[in-house]
Amino acid sequence: MRKFKRMAKKFVADFVVVDNKPLNATNFLIKVKSNSVLPNILPGQFVNVEINDSKEIFLRRPFSVFEVDYNDNTISMIVKILGRGSKKLTEIEPGRNVSLVYPLGKSFTYPSSTDKVLLIGGGSGVAPMLFLAKESGLDKTQVDILLGARTKEDHIDVESYSKYANLHYATEDGSLGEKGFVTQHSVFINDLTKYDKIYACGPDGMMRAIAKVAKAAGVFCEVSLENLMACGFGVCLCCIEPTNKGNLCVCTDGPVFNINELKW
Amino acid sequence: MVDLKVKVHDLEFKNPITLASGTCGFAREMADFFDPAIVGGFFLKGSTLKNRDGNEYPRMAETPSGMLNAVGLQNKGIDYFIENIYPEIKDYDTQLIINVNGSTVEDYIALTEKVNELDKIRGIELNISCPNVKEGGMAFGVSCPGAEMVTREVRKVYDKTLIVKLSPNVTDISEIARAVEGQGADAVSLVNTFLGMAIDAETRKPKLSTITGGLSGPAIKPIALRMVWQVANAVKIPVVGMGGIMNAADAIEFMLAGASVVQIGTAVFKDPTLPVQIIKELEDYMLHHKMQSVNDLIDCLQM
Repeated sequence: MRKFKRMAKKFVADFVVVDNKPLNATNFLIKVKSNSVLPNILPGQFVNVEINDSKEIFLRRPFSVFEVDYNDNTISMIVKILGRGSKKLTEIEPGRNVSLVYPLGKSFTYPSSTDKVLLIGGGSGVAPMLFLAKESGLDKTQVDILLGARTKEDHIDVESYSKYANLHYATEDGSLGEKGFVTQHSVFINDLTKYDKIYACGPDGMMRAIAKVAKAAGVFCEVSLENLMACGFGVCLCCIEPTNKGNLCVCTDGPVFNINELKW
Repeated sequence: MVDLKVKVHDLEFKNPITLASGTCGFAREMADFFDPAIVGGFFLKGSTLKNRDGNEYPRMAETPSGMLNAVGLQNKGIDYFIENIYPEIKDYDTQLIINVNGSTVEDYIALTEKVNELDKIRGIELNISCPNVKEGGMAFGVSCPGAEMVTREVRKVYDKTLIVKLSPNVTDISEIARAVEGQGADAVSLVNTFLGMAIDAETRKPKLSTITGGLSGPAIKPIALRMVWQVANAVKIPVVGMGGIMNAADAIEFMLAGASVVQIGTAVFKDPTLPVQIIKELEDYMLHHKMQSVNDLIDCLQM
């Protein structure tokens, strides 16, 4: 018998699509089920999904994990249509198989039990923020979630998360919550130092703007990056981000980084 | 039981399925997915004498049936490898071959001398074909005098298995293969990536920070296969074949064309467990065709 000293930590397996429903015009909730027991998967980690039946899509597409159900062995992700690969994935029918490489990347640093935290999500960056809010184990009074989008229609319905956190919205046209960017929202501009930890996931510009203010305020802040990647497990060295420790792989050294490590 | 053992010069491989340099890290990344002892070997990430940050982001562009990369040999340098990585991987029960890169002949010599001290690294893959570093690499690999010179100088200081990795970005790859064979190379490996380019029509900008990069994946397979066949016919030393292998049939094709060992590269990005699956499929193929030894495939193209 071969001795494998180090048990497999990462896996490649076919999952069955059990649900695929639109959340709004560009975001879909896709739930996939494994026929084996899932390893522990933490907020901030991602899965790399193969795109079936496409001659032009060669590589997998990475998606943050949104929900994990260990009783059901299901993983859910929010898929935002960004290009041909994500578009193709949103067309997959329940019952079809889809291959995942999982779990990948490092998670957010969990808050301590007395922390007050602010979670900021934009676009599909909402997914890991909601996952973190749910998994943090904190009381609702300790958690503020601030979500930004262009319009009310671009927001997805997350009201069920109001049991885990206080929900705040920003829209560029003022159609839901406060008008403007998340960085112009009263929750963000009032006093950041009341938070022990800030977490953000969303468009690059949004995260950079948040990082700048959080850094100036001296508040702990982690962001989740989305650099273009080929492998997802640290061998292709394509998704690098310049940091204080040199070029690091977003897929294995991240995707979550403390803003003080980044050259932002 | 089928016999999958193959030899490349002095190096014995338990099977001909290995992982290509630049697509399997330093093997330990792959150990997160499977037991490294299952595969024939790992051609470890291209290493240089000193730390290299590599090229700027973006370094990758997806293309039809493949991808372009412009990583530029990012690595922490050979001393870091020796001190921090080698101790962790040296007891993997498989062949570990390190890919070495220099911008001068002196670099190649200094690197080789350091690697020569490592017991468990029984061969080097001399990379004279990286298309993504300005100051050298491929400069040696695209002319016979350059390829001869670096092979000759490294040969003088290295007595283990010396495999020279060839660039396909040349007019006649057989000529380069013969040139390095003449200077004492124990084997050649081919192909490295093909120089390519991608442009974003919307932004009208190149997709890579370096404008051009190396094309890999199944898109290059027929050209790589042709080159392996040409080189195998031109030299007497063993050939290590690669270029777009996605399954056992592809691997078998390269062996029939003359490769003793094959490397799985870009396909690993899609499925890191693919090499394990290919070994299983190769066994099935041999059973189906009532073959005893995988050596009966090598250079056995039926004309």
